[in-house]
Amino acid sequence: MAIRFALNERQVEWDGDPAMPLLWYLRDHAGLTGTKYGCGIGACGACTVHIDGGAQRACVMPVAGLEGKRVTTIEGVAQSDEGAAAAVREAWIELDVPQCGWCQAGQVMAAIDLLSRKPEPSDDDIASITNLCRCGTYPRIRAAIRRAAAARREGGA
Amino acid sequence: MSTFTRRDFLVVTATAAGGLVASAYFPVRARAAATATHGSAAVLGAFVRVEPDGTVVIGARGAEIGQGVITSLPMLIAEEMDADWSRVRVEQLPLGIEASPKPPGIRPRFGAQGAGGSTNIPEAWNELRQVGAQVRWRLASAAAQRWGVKQGEIRVENGSLSVSGGRRTAHFGEVAADAAKLSPPEGELPLKPASAWRIVGKPQRTVDAGEIVTGRLRYGLDVREPGMLTAVVARCPYFGGDVASVNDAKARAIPGVRKIVRLPATPADQPLLHGLAAGVAVVADDTWTALKARDALEIEWKPGPGAKDSTAALEERCVAATKRAGAQVRNDGDVEAAQAGAKRTLDVTYVVPFLAHATMEPQNAFVKLEKDRALVIAPTQSPGQANKVVHELTGIPRLNIEVQLPRAGGGFGRRGETDAIAEATLIAKQAGAPVKLVWTREDDLRNDFYRPFGAHRMRGALAENGELASWWHTTVGTPIAWRARDMEQAPPWMGLVDEDGMPAGLVPNYRSEFTAAEFQRMRGWWRGPVHTFAAFATQSFVDEMAHLAVRDPVEFRLALLGEPRELPYDGHGAKVLDTGRLANVLRIAAEKIGWKQARPAGRGVGVAAHLVFGGYTAHAFEVSVADGALRIHRCVCAVDVGQPVNPLGLEAQILGGTLDGVSAALHQEITVKDGRIEQGNFGDYRLLAMSEAPDVEVHVVPSTLAPAGAGEMGTPTAAPALANAIFAATGKRLRRMPFAPQLRA
Repeated sequence: MAIRFALNERQVEWDGDPAMPLLWYLRDHAGLTGTKYGCGIGACGACTVHIDGGAQRACVMPVAGLEGKRVTTIEGVAQSDEGAAAAVREAWIELDVPQCGWCQAGQVMAAIDLLSRKPEPSDDDIASITNLCRCGTYPRIRAAIRRAAAARREGGA
Repeated sequence: MSTFTRRDFLVVTATAAGGLVASAYFPVRARAAATATHGSAAVLGAFVRVEPDGTVVIGARGAEIGQGVITSLPMLIAEEMDADWSRVRVEQLPLGIEASPKPPGIRPRFGAQGAGGSTNIPEAWNELRQVGAQVRWRLASAAAQRWGVKQGEIRVENGSLSVSGGRRTAHFGEVAADAAKLSPPEGELPLKPASAWRIVGKPQRTVDAGEIVTGRLRYGLDVREPGMLTAVVARCPYFGGDVASVNDAKARAIPGVRKIVRLPATPADQPLLHGLAAGVAVVADDTWTALKARDALEIEWKPGPGAKDSTAALEERCVAATKRAGAQVRNDGDVEAAQAGAKRTLDVTYVVPFLAHATMEPQNAFVKLEKDRALVIAPTQSPGQANKVVHELTGIPRLNIEVQLPRAGGGFGRRGETDAIAEATLIAKQAGAPVKLVWTREDDLRNDFYRPFGAHRMRGALAENGELASWWHTTVGTPIAWRARDMEQAPPWMGLVDEDGMPAGLVPNYRSEFTAAEFQRMRGWWRGPVHTFAAFATQSFVDEMAHLAVRDPVEFRLALLGEPRELPYDGHGAKVLDTGRLANVLRIAAEKIGWKQARPAGRGVGVAAHLVFGGYTAHAFEVSVADGALRIHRCVCAVDVGQPVNPLGLEAQILGGTLDGVSAALHQEITVKDGRIEQGNFGDYRLLAMSEAPDVEVHVVPSTLAPAGAGEMGTPTAAPALANAIFAATGKRLRRMPFAPQLRA
């Protein structure tokens, strides 16, 4: 039986292997390669997406579990010109966060999730993000999250 | 035991250093020569296109692996052509090769395109500024002809041309078509003085960051081409082993599996395929199907020659071998006499483990083979070698093999190896379809070219006055040159012994010797290769000698460096070691961390300073350890890289390089037991997490000297500075990496 869910605000259905992780569905079947593979065990967060608004690791999420859910990928938030998504994207570019960039879509998704839950994140809140970066962009990620929070505060977004 | 002497290898050393950068040692200058048209845009040489509206399109030649060359190299061109950087669009160039009539063969079109040894910036510094100057000459010359004035009267500024006094003006797009018909004069053109720079030396953001943060950017693993199949490989877990038997019935039964392909064991003397494991490849419609089918294969493995070996045994062998004399790499004075005659001596041993590169984007390659053409799309640091490997495996002429260079999700030396491209080519040949080869994280960590393993026995003696009288460094390690392509003639210590690094030339009695250790795993170049391997021992041991002398470790180092002067240096990336530049970064790091200030009990500060590929780095850390957990209170890094090209990118490299060093020092170690790699994923091969990563205060020495590359210089001093800080805080001297398990113990 087909599995139906919303992907970036469009209804999609999947009648292939229900055990396929969302990551490979996105990359190989939905043409959405912004969600990255890094470990396949939910450790690195390069595949972070939002499911019903909360950050999840797509590499350990079988499509079977998505019936009726709302999935948003980096391509989905990239269309948003307001709110946490826009503030995070702008801060990331402004502070020149990416180095190799492979983990950054996941980092952006984790940061948007954090700011949506906690518009004024503490240092500990930021440190609770477990997405890994091999290039060591963490100091600029922290600064960009603070900047995005400040921009939303000042912009009233 | 090696009987090589060092002087025999100077020439070879230079080549082998470039061997990491396959195309880098072509003795060629990138010249803007060709005149052509590209749609309605005017093509001004090999790198620059100008659209009719004045938009300047600059080709980025270097393989981008996160080190920032997609931004910094075009900056050099844009500066000298006086482009308006806000109207420059950067496009990544593919590998550029063309037929060379004399001598007959292949030559690069764009100069060096590989990444390795931090050579991109130093090589481009004059080359690409000359390219920009040539474009500027063409534009100015075309405007002068149109307006009937002398070229000297043309002012070029920020993308526009004018005659002095502003009587006539035009933007680049208006004269570009005429400029494309002109050829610049032979020889070097004058370059702008630094005071006139608008782009170089100013912070510039990564040109494609917008595509990265929106997920639009296509990396190698994101490739999707018509008719493409996806391959994964079950590889023999034993190095040099083979497939004893395989039952693929269950795998074949999975819908979407198209082909199952055997990959034979690679003969040890076949450098083309060096490092390739024997295995079974599954070729399928998509990644998930391929992975499922791989799991369904029933394979019995035949162990290889290292099937009983372990890193624990390797460590015992290495440490034991430090008790014997090795091949002398450098020998000044008489260390035996100095050591024997001194009252205060030390004799200690450091151990550095194998490290994996763990690029966040695992190895992958897309290969499409046609009758006499091929297309390769792969993250690689060696595009020239990628082209050669496909040619050698297929017989397709090199000029018919296109190599596209997507942005790589990390490199750190791993993608200097072309094993994944070779493997994808072998599979594509048998699959009869274009193939994207995907490595999982486990594949990646278990089939790496590891940073060498080794032991450093350090012997030192103090003179009566407390000065360093003798330094005797015995290195035993697993050579990178073992089975490495293009390194047959390299000395076995290449990449393991920092031949002229501090304190060579600063101590009257100095010996460095090397013994090669056998081990059945490939070794390779890891970020700041020889320096991360060696400086942990040398910069920790300098500290130990300072404490033995009961002297301040910063003062001790400064006294050792002495008066500012240039010492001869034969290592990669520098011709001299400037003691003044090294002392300067050390002083800055010490001052910025407040070296002399009083601190709460339990806090300690440590420093380290080192020359890395032409750049000078010093780190200072302030730490404490409570309940086995390290806390880094502050981290300072001072660098002298010469003239910074892109200060924003430079800072990123130093931040990232530092944290890379901390990550490896705290957590990382690849171990082998019964011939198999024990680690498989980020659960047991830990990367530094955000919660552990300190902010890094970066201080850049202003300089007008020709720039060194900065991609590797942030890493080597992080581990010893951290170890020295931990000693200062706790009295515990860590002589082995990784640190975190020892602190918990």
